[in-house]
Amino acid sequence: MSEREIHHTLTVPETLVPEDLQRNALLTSVDSVYNWARRRSMWPLTFGLACCALEMIAAGAARYDYGRLGMDIPFSSPRQSDLLIISGTITHKMAPQLIRLWNQMPEPKYSIAMGACTVSGGTFDSYAVVQGAAELIPVDIYLPGCPPRPEALIYAFTKLHEMVGQQSVKTVSWYRKEGEA
Amino acid sequence: MGFLDALPLTVMDWLRGLLGQGLPAWGVELVVGLIKVVLILVVAILPVIVLTWLERKVLARGQDRFGPNLAGPYGLVVAFADAIKILTKEDIIPQAADRQVFRFAPALVLIPTLLVFTVVPMGRGMIAADLNVGILFAVAIGSLAVIAIIAATWSSGNKYSLLSMFRSVAQLVSYELPMAFSVLTVVLVSGGLSTVRIVEAQVIPFALVMPIAAVTYFLASLAEANRSPFDLLLGESEIVAGHNLEYSGMRFAMFYIGEYAHIFVIGALTTTLFLGGYQGPILPGYMWFLIKTMAVVYVVLWIRCTWPRMRIDQLLDFSWKLLVPLNLANLMLVALVFKLAGTGLLGSLLSLVVNVGLLVAVGTFLVRRARSSTSRRTRALVLGEV
Repeated sequence: MSEREIHHTLTVPETLVPEDLQRNALLTSVDSVYNWARRRSMWPLTFGLACCALEMIAAGAARYDYGRLGMDIPFSSPRQSDLLIISGTITHKMAPQLIRLWNQMPEPKYSIAMGACTVSGGTFDSYAVVQGAAELIPVDIYLPGCPPRPEALIYAFTKLHEMVGQQSVKTVSWYRKEGEA
Repeated sequence: MGFLDALPLTVMDWLRGLLGQGLPAWGVELVVGLIKVVLILVVAILPVIVLTWLERKVLARGQDRFGPNLAGPYGLVVAFADAIKILTKEDIIPQAADRQVFRFAPALVLIPTLLVFTVVPMGRGMIAADLNVGILFAVAIGSLAVIAIIAATWSSGNKYSLLSMFRSVAQLVSYELPMAFSVLTVVLVSGGLSTVRIVEAQVIPFALVMPIAAVTYFLASLAEANRSPFDLLLGESEIVAGHNLEYSGMRFAMFYIGEYAHIFVIGALTTTLFLGGYQGPILPGYMWFLIKTMAVVYVVLWIRCTWPRMRIDQLLDFSWKLLVPLNLANLMLVALVFKLAGTGLLGSLLSLVVNVGLLVAVGTFLVRRARSSTSRRTRALVLGEV
């Protein structure tokens, strides 16, 4: 199982921390501060693919305002962003660019597959459309809907925050070398 | 001078006396100098924590949103969340990058901004170095920031950041001139280049004596800091994200800190040159300095959420065809007024009248010419026709 998959299945961090380390107050506080910071300052990449992007924009505007979560700086450079919202149909033409952007993002990075098309290809069962974003990059949160409403997107953010809150500096993959346990 | 007003100086004198008991004179000066350096670092970096929060809140309120409100009360500690997150991000150096320069450029960004603070009087007698060429030093050092931008873009090996650098240099060269002219007007009236002398000369704040120079200086320093509406450097819709495009993690944070420190510098210098610096009734000098500076900073943020970005040709036209001739005329007229009427109340009043008259004359000329023009672009720019 790869490191990426481990933090997918990880639900209760205590199960992975050894018994004698569970009472280490310093470690848990580092984790909570680390996770709090990443939850409260998760900068999304300015990246709209198709019609779901309109709902994403609406979620950032006055009525819903995901800026409340500290996400109100959508960066245009993948080097400076933490979250990739794949908002819309991924055509085979666009797939290389999507992968490239994902690879350009520095760890720790997260992705949300927004809408039916990115979850499974949706209604476009055709030669031109990638059948789900998971065929290209690791997806953290699947958000179904055609398109999902802004409330649903904000629910996806809170779910992502929950997932981030359960990670631990000791187990995450991005601070260790290749092949290290 | 009240007790509160002189409190920092009293503390400094007490410290000098304390050090003088155990150290030779040069040792005392060395320690005091180091304390001043630390103070300047704090004064330059501390506002960044407030400004990142303030900018996001002001932008959000401008767009009828709430802005960050989950990190602490009113989202006040959002800057700390940003800092921890960005420190723990992966640091990427692209393969095409010139590694040495790429690593050096982020450090270079902060240096000019910090250096400018050495000549800003932050209260009565509270200045790190009262140079007799203070304001010249500030203008010269301020324009050094472009070297950091050139280093960052050239070493990134990215064509988009290279384009942003070309824009930035063109912008800086064009706005240096109106800025120098407006500073020259101030120097002419106050009779010295020292920043303390300029502040002391402002019985009436220079913003009320020569509004043209004040507004020009403010706009030119916006252009120098690459702030909206002159933020062509960061044109997201055309050239991705500007000069720091390839920077991630802490290296990017240096650019981020540099940007906000630069906004604070704009506020501090505008206050010193045109708003009477630390002078004001009742409150101690440093409080007045802070209040005025933050007021200017607020206007900078306010402009960002109000005005759209200018195009590069509009930007250069605005500088070369309007600001430069206007400020040359202003410089000559103000010089004439103060030569004939003296630098007292009469001279100040006449100068204000001349300034307003000049603005009205130029405005009328522009509108008349636009009305008779057949060019759609001119009409749209001046008359606001769609």
